[in-house]
Amino acid sequence: MTASSLLPLAILLTSLGVAPLIFLLREESARLRTALNLAAAVLKVALVAWLSWRVAEGAVYEVRLAFLPGLDLVLQADPLAVLFVALSSVLWLITTIYSVGYLERGDHRSRFFGFFSLCVAATVGVAMAGNLFTFLVFYELLTLATYPLVVHRGTAEALRAGRIYLAYTLGGGLVLLLGTLWLWTLTGTTDFVPRGIVGDLVADHRTALTILFVVLIGGLGVKAALVPLHAWLPIAMVAPAPVSALLHAVAVVKAGAFGIMRVIYEVFGIDTAMAMGLTQPLAALAAVTIIYGSLRALTQDDLKRRLAFSTVSQVSYITLGVALGSPIAAIGALAHLIHQGLMKITMFMCAGNLAEGLGVKKVSQCAGVGRRMPGTMIAFTAAALAMIGAPPLAGFVSKWYLAAGGIGQGDLWVIALLMGSSLLNAAYFLPILHKAWFDDPAGAPATPGRPRIGWMLTAPPLATAALVLAAGLMANAPFSPLGWTRFIVAIEYID
Amino acid sequence: MTDLALDPLGLLVVIPLLGALAAFAWPRGATGLSLLVGLANLAVAAALAVKVATVGPAHHALGGWGAPLGIDLAADGLSVLMLLMTAVIGLLVSFTAAAAFAATPGEDDAAARRRACFPPLWLLLLTGLNALFLSRDVFNLYVTLEIVALASVGLAVLSGTRAALEAGLRYLVASLLGSLLFLLGVGLIYSAYGRLDLDGLAALAAPAPVASAALVAMLAGLALKSALFPLHFWLPAAHANATAPASALLSALVVKGALYVALRLFTEVFAPADPLALLVGLLGAAAVLWGSLEALRAERLKLLVAWSTVAQIGLIFVAFALSGTIGSAAAWQGAVLLMLAHAIAKAAMFLAAGRIAEAAGHDLIARLDRATVRPGLALFAFGLATISLIGLPPSAGFVGKWLLMEGALTAGGWAWLAVALFGTALTAAYLARPLAAFLRFDRVRRPLADEYAWRLSDLPPLALALMAVAFGLVATQTLDLLAIGSPLGIAP
Amino acid sequence: MTTAAIYAAAGILLVGIGLYRLVTTGDLLRRVVALNVASGGTGAVLVAAAWRAPPGPTDPVPHALVITGIVVVVSTTAVALALIRRLHDEEEPK
Repeated sequence: MTASSLLPLAILLTSLGVAPLIFLLREESARLRTALNLAAAVLKVALVAWLSWRVAEGAVYEVRLAFLPGLDLVLQADPLAVLFVALSSVLWLITTIYSVGYLERGDHRSRFFGFFSLCVAATVGVAMAGNLFTFLVFYELLTLATYPLVVHRGTAEALRAGRIYLAYTLGGGLVLLLGTLWLWTLTGTTDFVPRGIVGDLVADHRTALTILFVVLIGGLGVKAALVPLHAWLPIAMVAPAPVSALLHAVAVVKAGAFGIMRVIYEVFGIDTAMAMGLTQPLAALAAVTIIYGSLRALTQDDLKRRLAFSTVSQVSYITLGVALGSPIAAIGALAHLIHQGLMKITMFMCAGNLAEGLGVKKVSQCAGVGRRMPGTMIAFTAAALAMIGAPPLAGFVSKWYLAAGGIGQGDLWVIALLMGSSLLNAAYFLPILHKAWFDDPAGAPATPGRPRIGWMLTAPPLATAALVLAAGLMANAPFSPLGWTRFIVAIEYID
Repeated sequence: MTDLALDPLGLLVVIPLLGALAAFAWPRGATGLSLLVGLANLAVAAALAVKVATVGPAHHALGGWGAPLGIDLAADGLSVLMLLMTAVIGLLVSFTAAAAFAATPGEDDAAARRRACFPPLWLLLLTGLNALFLSRDVFNLYVTLEIVALASVGLAVLSGTRAALEAGLRYLVASLLGSLLFLLGVGLIYSAYGRLDLDGLAALAAPAPVASAALVAMLAGLALKSALFPLHFWLPAAHANATAPASALLSALVVKGALYVALRLFTEVFAPADPLALLVGLLGAAAVLWGSLEALRAERLKLLVAWSTVAQIGLIFVAFALSGTIGSAAAWQGAVLLMLAHAIAKAAMFLAAGRIAEAAGHDLIARLDRATVRPGLALFAFGLATISLIGLPPSAGFVGKWLLMEGALTAGGWAWLAVALFGTALTAAYLARPLAAFLRFDRVRRPLADEYAWRLSDLPPLALALMAVAFGLVATQTLDLLAIGSPLGIAP
Repeated sequence: MTTAAIYAAAGILLVGIGLYRLVTTGDLLRRVVALNVASGGTGAVLVAAAWRAPPGPTDPVPHALVITGIVVVVSTTAVALALIRRLHDEEEPK
């Protein structure tokens, strides 16, 4: 084992190792805690940059640890893993800065940042899991580590939300456990292998495999917020803003979507899954989720809930792109994994700023907030326009590829779906923008006076908004999300 | 005596026995003595484990008299795991007990009695358990079960409260009845086969009708002692009303003694008829359901933890239903790991619950969210133990459940699989109740005094809980050790 | 029916009687007595197991078991009585 093959482990440990240290810190040692957090986050980004470079050059990383006879814990860094790791580590750094500002006067900060690091560790583990078993381990860790963050405020409402969150995610985890165990007893392995591992079994175990597919997608669909398993997501919005931003816009839902991707590409293999007729129903379910989420978002007055339903809708683009089966749609899906993360985290941080700075929590209170908090609202506007799919922003790129993939396969309904969804996106985001920039504040604002929020709250959303712009403008650059995505699709589709 | 003094098998019985006598005779030094003996016991158990792992199963005939007349002590992989479990948990619990029962100025007689009585009772229990795990004949198993029972009743009533005395008496009667049924079975076996040693009985293997009657009587006795539904009635009160260290020992170790005997008899002596295996499995499933529902309703934290024991033991008994199928090896492995997992996690949980109750001044779940003092480390230990009891990866409970479910799946036992899954969901549901109370803060009137300053006595539960959670990382090694001497029909 | 079988049957009957009383009575003292009756029955079964056809000597092993069993029951009864006494004292404080 050379030093560099330990790189995946090191990337995991930057957040896993820092968590116990933070737990043990006294509440008052804010500077030390911030320093530790930032040092770990910066180190992680640096390591991930190195990893991406090496992986692009063709290096292979794998770490194995025997768990049970024949069943290993495996960490590996294939391009798909790197995509997700890069997203979560960069956003962890940005969100850490935001959280420090956001929780400046809050309680239980050691607990918060400890579990926050654990969540990131779990996400990184989910990304780098080399088999479904390892994936399951980190998937469950993610559930456990996010629960204390959801109930962080310690109110009755937060605890109720936490209970529902636990019921959904632990239930999903249990179903996934069943699926993993079943897969293992059927095939004797759970390894992720490009083109899948069950191809030989289709002839003999077609029914069993079909049920297994449903079980696995059911278990993963909870976190991916597929309708009708999505109800936890809007409820979990009671969590503090950084938690909603990083975890419920990025880490948790993406873990589900990412798992669906792994199952389709590397457990079943896209050809097998399509030949068994499993992908079409999934694509239909994703389509329903996309429309349903958008329709629900339309009627929400609570800003965070509107964003949450929008997440329900947007995350399913990823599932849709994978389930369509065309490589071009897959490029769109993978790119959207990154793009949606960047856009949504921006909007949640902005929503947090509005609540903190102005006491604005509802869409109806947004009148004139643009002039009072221009930085925040510029970031929000950029992200919202990207979400609607305005060129040249990031969202446009993913929608373009999804549509192209649909046309290429003759699935013209995809065009209708994307157009409908974009119209709905516009219908629930544009009124907010209009109110914020063009309406005069009617009546007394919730919190009068100048908003007192520091640079630590304003800079992070601006930074992610800039990334949204960059991901769209420089979509063809070698290390852009889109560029990297093509690299992955080449592996999953070409022998 | 010379051979006894040198052989680890003999030492494991002699050291705690002499320790118990000395602790009884010398109350002032009893606490220190119990720690010392616990350490020595752990060292010998570890030495035995190394010996068994390198050389193979160990065997020792007391006084040079072998079976069938003399008393044989023997250790295979299963025995060694049980001995290690007992040694580690026992030692850590005695640390907590030493702290919990430490002398304070102006204490009453009851406190002094607890301090003086805990060490000899615990060492007597250790003697009984060690001898139990090393015994190779059914009559010795009976005697050791009895030693364990008497020591446990002493521990159960140690708190001296009225509730504890009543529960303890019920426990004593149930336990004695269990012993009598077991003894009846021993008598029947002897009348049928004329011998009592496990190896000899296994070799005979000619099924006689009397043997089935004997098995039923013995299993009924063991079910009573290990609180298998519907014979669990004595357990919740006895475990919930004891002092925390005693509860930890009772729930973690004592119940496992009877369970261990049941495992041995089931797999090594008898090839039980299918209906009996099915019945045991069904009762186990009922226990999972009933224990969990009661835990969901329990008003007190310690009662919840005690009901959880009923449910978890039930899950272990589910493995019995898979005996004789192609999934049996995995199911037995799962059962053993679940025993270890439950022992470690439950000890941690009872110790932590004791500390929480002490800090809050009560252990009513509904009012825990009003507590202004929240002992951070103990709550954390409780949370970690929860992970293992629910069976989330990579904990000990997860490995056990995974193997059990693997056994059920390979044997096509979908119903048993469903029991394990449903039981997991229920476990999460009832253990989430106290966790939610710890995390709620809006009902506290005064400013909160998070007790970040930890005490020495918080370390044992934390250590146990960490052990339970990280256990998966040594699962392979544990299974290798378990397979030595192929107990339970597990091939190495 | 051999002598041994009669003894064994009587023993099992005694166990049954003891068990019946044990579950039907709430009185602590009666329970302990019922347990003793049941244990007497167990002893009888064991003694019956020691019986051998007349020319041979009886088997001493079950006898040893019975004696051990009696010791166990006596000590357990003592513990039970001590506990009952403690409970009694709690009810009527001096």
